[in-house]
Amino acid sequence: MTALFDWLAQILGILAAVLAAPLFLGWVNQCRAWLQNKSAPSILQPYRGIRKLFHKDAVIAANASQLFRLAPYMVFGAMVTAAAIIPSVATRLPFTQAADAIALVGLFATARVFVSLAAMDVGTAFGTLGARREMMIGFLAEPALLMIIFVASLISATTALPRISELLATQSLALYPSLAFTAVAFTMVLLAENARIPIDNPATHLELTMIHEALLLEYSARHLALMEWAAALKLFNYVCIGFALFVPWGLATSQAPLALALSSLFLGAKLVLAGAGIALIETVSAKLRVFRAPEFLATAFLFAVLGLLVRLLLGT
Amino acid sequence: MNMTALPFDLQLLNTLAALLLLLSFAMLSQRRIVTLINLLAVQGALLCIATLLLAWRTGAGHLYLSAGLTLALKVIFLPWLLHRLIRKLGVYWDTEPLLNTTGTMLVGVLIVVFSFGLAQPISALASTATRNSIGIAVAVVLIAFLTMITRRKAMSQVVGFLSMENGLFFGAMSATYGMPMIVEFGVALDVLVAMLVLGVFFFQIREQFDSLDLQHLESLKEDQ
Amino acid sequence: MSSTLTFVVLLGTPLLGALVLGLTGGKRWAPNLNVAFSLLTFLAACALTSNIITHGNVVLMQEQFFIDAFNVFLVTLTAFVGLTTALFSRPYMRIEVEHGRVNSAQLRLYHSMYQLFMATMLIALTTNNLGLMWVAMEAATLSTVLLVTLYRTPASLEAGWKYFILCGVGIAQALFGTILLYFAAEKILGAEGVGALLWTHLNVVKAQLEPAVLSLAFVFLLVGYGTKVGLAPLHNWLPDAHAEGPTPISAVLSGLLLNVAMYAVVRCKVLVEGSLQSSLPGRMLMGFGLLSVVLAAFFLWRQRDAKRLFAYSSIEHMGIITFAFGMGGPVANFAALLHMTVHSLTKSAIFFAVGHATQKAGSQLMDDIRGLITLSPTVGWGLMMGSLAILGMPPFGVFASEFLILTTAMKQQPWATPILLLALGVAFAAIFSRVQPMVFGETTAKRLPHPPALVPVFTHLALVLMLGLFIPPYLADWYRAAARLIGGH
Repeated sequence: MTALFDWLAQILGILAAVLAAPLFLGWVNQCRAWLQNKSAPSILQPYRGIRKLFHKDAVIAANASQLFRLAPYMVFGAMVTAAAIIPSVATRLPFTQAADAIALVGLFATARVFVSLAAMDVGTAFGTLGARREMMIGFLAEPALLMIIFVASLISATTALPRISELLATQSLALYPSLAFTAVAFTMVLLAENARIPIDNPATHLELTMIHEALLLEYSARHLALMEWAAALKLFNYVCIGFALFVPWGLATSQAPLALALSSLFLGAKLVLAGAGIALIETVSAKLRVFRAPEFLATAFLFAVLGLLVRLLLGT
Repeated sequence: MNMTALPFDLQLLNTLAALLLLLSFAMLSQRRIVTLINLLAVQGALLCIATLLLAWRTGAGHLYLSAGLTLALKVIFLPWLLHRLIRKLGVYWDTEPLLNTTGTMLVGVLIVVFSFGLAQPISALASTATRNSIGIAVAVVLIAFLTMITRRKAMSQVVGFLSMENGLFFGAMSATYGMPMIVEFGVALDVLVAMLVLGVFFFQIREQFDSLDLQHLESLKEDQ
Repeated sequence: MSSTLTFVVLLGTPLLGALVLGLTGGKRWAPNLNVAFSLLTFLAACALTSNIITHGNVVLMQEQFFIDAFNVFLVTLTAFVGLTTALFSRPYMRIEVEHGRVNSAQLRLYHSMYQLFMATMLIALTTNNLGLMWVAMEAATLSTVLLVTLYRTPASLEAGWKYFILCGVGIAQALFGTILLYFAAEKILGAEGVGALLWTHLNVVKAQLEPAVLSLAFVFLLVGYGTKVGLAPLHNWLPDAHAEGPTPISAVLSGLLLNVAMYAVVRCKVLVEGSLQSSLPGRMLMGFGLLSVVLAAFFLWRQRDAKRLFAYSSIEHMGIITFAFGMGGPVANFAALLHMTVHSLTKSAIFFAVGHATQKAGSQLMDDIRGLITLSPTVGWGLMMGSLAILGMPPFGVFASEFLILTTAMKQQPWATPILLLALGVAFAAIFSRVQPMVFGETTAKRLPHPPALVPVFTHLALVLMLGLFIPPYLADWYRAAARLIGGH
């Protein structure tokens, strides 16, 4: 009976994550509009965009291969899998047991490979350019992300995300300079990986600067919808990993319905704050030239390494 | 979890140590001299807080004195003096460092690892509660040294020099809860005089070269 | 007169002198006042010495200062060379003023800093507190930085900047070494650290100090103070600072400051060797020493500036002294102490002569200095004899000390002897081939407005000659006592 309930809760959790991801994106966009003194789009705008795209007919370039058609499903699938295993609400659900942090990094890398390959598939200049930039950023961001995970796993002696969260959430409150450094690094990686300012501007189609949009230029209709949805999910996933590593308080460690409900409330509150935070960062910082992106990510890497060193030196 | 056993003030001290290390890296990468001086002042302030905490923890009266000294000299007077100097001399930016920023940072990380190794035997022998910070102090000193090596402007080198002194001070505090008072006063006096001498010196350099770029100071070579 | 009173006079005179000359140093009679203060310091040093000879070592002022055989001889030497240099600088600075290179404000700075420099060196020599020693060493650098840049020429500013930064960084390493020393000592001598940095206390417990920490500390101390000694490869500041400052400052930097830094290294070495019970510190000293000798000998060939030439010669001789202290043992230490004395006297005499020579020629380039012997026979002979003395020609004292060092090396470190001999030979050829045309040869230069100060030159050379022929028994006893104190393998 409990097993059945666990599975039910797990499936509900995945559905909730997949459905809530565009809402989170909508919230970030709304906050950003507010902060920039613009009239905000509706918080539901991402849903409308996705629905509209699903109703259109897909146009595919004549020379596109099967890979091009396959990629959106692969990417979306990877993101849903990630959403399933990240302990965003509870740490003891069936899938979350598989949430090894390094496996997660691999999952994101798989999605990236497909996106990039698909972008180059048609052979347009923009697709290739976007793919190249995407790979460069991934190549720089992944070491930083791994370093961040190493610090967390050094503290908790495990790379399993739910164990890390449990350990950090249950012990008495302590100052962890190493975690503070890695949190900064993680925020920077999050911005870079999700094509936010200062690395990319999600609101622009300016050819010379775009990365994410360039990748999707050849997609239309349901493929594009899936890709956009996957991007929203990716942001959501990243934010949830951040919660699991750095602010794990409120995570349910049991499967009692009450605990799960409470934990969902906590997650909602944290998402609201995180969305506002991301919007704030995006508002106060200016977009960097693409050539400065390595510097930005090197700084993130440095922060993570400093966290690691501080952990080793001070034991904190 | 060894961390939970630590009392809060020690956690705070460790955090301060970590922040000092972070500041060293910030100084290593910073090219605006005004910001560099502000970072130096922040470093001094962190040092002052750490000293106060340690004084409170150990009840050692001389640490209060040295905290006061740090506050007066390194947080207030020297940054003020340096700000005044750059306003008068009109040097605001350092030129591109000799090695690019990312490269310098990587060297900095290596330095931290090296300092860790260097400080390990000392930390193992130390009996102070802050012994873990010795490695960080060594790293701060060596990174300040790196800052001095990679900069061209005299002003940045001087800030590096002062940052090095801060690191040494922090090292003395972590390893032994500070040096005897008479020595600390002497060191503070030397630093103060050094800065005053430098002030005079800078004006002489400027008068001669119309710039504080040390490239002008590279004519004395062996084969001349 | 009690030791304390003498001691207060010894340190108080230059400090007071710095203050008084800081107010009046630009006046016409200020050089005489400078000499008077230096003379008083020297007399106090002599009185203190006779006290030590009759009563033995003393510890003063709550143990912050102490005098033993090792430092009292350096104190006397410092005060003596301080006095003769003050005598030399009297006409020298007057000529500089007349040539318009120095104005009255600069003269005031010069006189005040000169006295302050003497004071810091005397404090560094006599303090018992290793922390205070560091402070005094740093103060010695600071008081001379503005003297090196006295002429405000681009080259002198560059030299001053190098001097400041390199010695500043070096001395910061020494501070770290001192902290480590304190760290090790505090474990044995108690946390409240009453005696934890006092050399006399440390010397008693040196065998109990943690060897791992002390060896690390010694590396930092050697690099730190070694920078000030001018040991290769940390010697870069030295030739520039010597060449670009006023010549009296070159004389005291070379003749005194290097000795004081050497003294600091040796004091630390005694402690470290006692803790380590091995010859590691000695081997490090020998390594740095040999490197300096060899490097300096070959760099001598490339010099065209007279003062740089002799600055490199100083590096060479500091290398020899470092090597001798590294070998350790009564004979080598004795020889090293003797060499410190004779080098100090000879080198300052040479700088006096070179100073007047450059004033006559109006240039420091050796190609411009010609025919000193016809122009001013005394300066010419002074330079010639000084150079022969520093090159280790018998019967001068340098010969005696170098001979002792070489024979000891032959016995203890045979591998090093050929290297030393080769370097000495190269240095000989380099310096002699440069000095010969400077002294003999044709010239058209004019006479100087003031008669050159020749008493200091020939007093020093006479003393060096005397030390080569005969070392007074009390002086020899003194060296032996100091050599025993330094010990080593």
